[in-house]
Amino acid sequence: MSYSEQESDLLLANNEAGDERFDGRDTAEGVGSYLIGLGLATLLTIVSFFISGTTLVWGPSIPVALVVLAIAQMGVHLVFFLNITTGPDNVNNVMALAFGVLIVLLLLTGSLWIMTHLNHNMMPMNQIMQMQR
Amino acid sequence: MSKRIIVGYGFWIFLLSDIIMFSAFFATYAVLVGATAGGPSGRELFNLHTVAIETACLLLSSFTCGLASVGARMHRGSWFYGAMAATCILGAIFLGIEVHEFVGMVARGAGPTRSAFLSAFFTLVGCHGLHVTAGLLWLLTMVAQVFAKGYRADILRRTLCFSLFWHTLDIIWVALFTVVYLMGAGQ
Repeated sequence: MSYSEQESDLLLANNEAGDERFDGRDTAEGVGSYLIGLGLATLLTIVSFFISGTTLVWGPSIPVALVVLAIAQMGVHLVFFLNITTGPDNVNNVMALAFGVLIVLLLLTGSLWIMTHLNHNMMPMNQIMQMQR
Repeated sequence: MSKRIIVGYGFWIFLLSDIIMFSAFFATYAVLVGATAGGPSGRELFNLHTVAIETACLLLSSFTCGLASVGARMHRGSWFYGAMAATCILGAIFLGIEVHEFVGMVARGAGPTRSAFLSAFFTLVGCHGLHVTAGLLWLLTMVAQVFAKGYRADILRRTLCFSLFWHTLDIIWVALFTVVYLMGAGQ
């Protein structure tokens, strides 16, 4: 290893605030957060799978319920697994997330909206084929 | 501001761009889900029991990945290596089930060339599968790096990025099993 590499390794390895070793309380907090996340996610997953096959509720409401459950579970994952919270050192992460969600929503609703309208306004395929003859 | 927070932020932006790419695949799938061209639909192809096992594997692996990152922060080897091994095994089981499902579908004549619906299905689910494969390779790299170089701050930051990546794969799987499998099988 050359001298400059060693030096850069030392710079990288330099401990800064926030990089400290976990003590007992940090560990309990970390594990507790993951346990809560696992419990909530398991619950939401079981409800999703149960609802998808049930005849207890009105049929057309099932997809809506599934979407709501999925969004709730994504929220649980974000908070308890990825630790995206409302803390002061997390503002940038939340802003980036909000922008990402905006783009995802535009992409999904835009595509679905345009494509269903195109399908709706399009001549049936067999008629197009006949016109091309 | 600590370097750990800055590195996490940068990697989070990459993950969001990855999520946006997946949302394009989701939009494609949702548009093409009815275009079966006389071939099999999701209702005939999907087996919710195997999907439930896959979901359980990925969720548990996300949990053990979190435990591994706590173990790494404590510099506790048994904890870190044990949790990483559990994550690796659960991820490999998930991948094995998925490959088995794909091979079975292709053998039944329901490969990606059969219909637009199946092209979109294989692209979306296959892309997630590729991400899991890359994640497993990264996991093994991180274990090797911690083993060789110890719990240095830069190695720990890489482990943080890996755990963010792995948790994000689980978030995408939540959308995937809901939109593709549960809605597809219930139609």
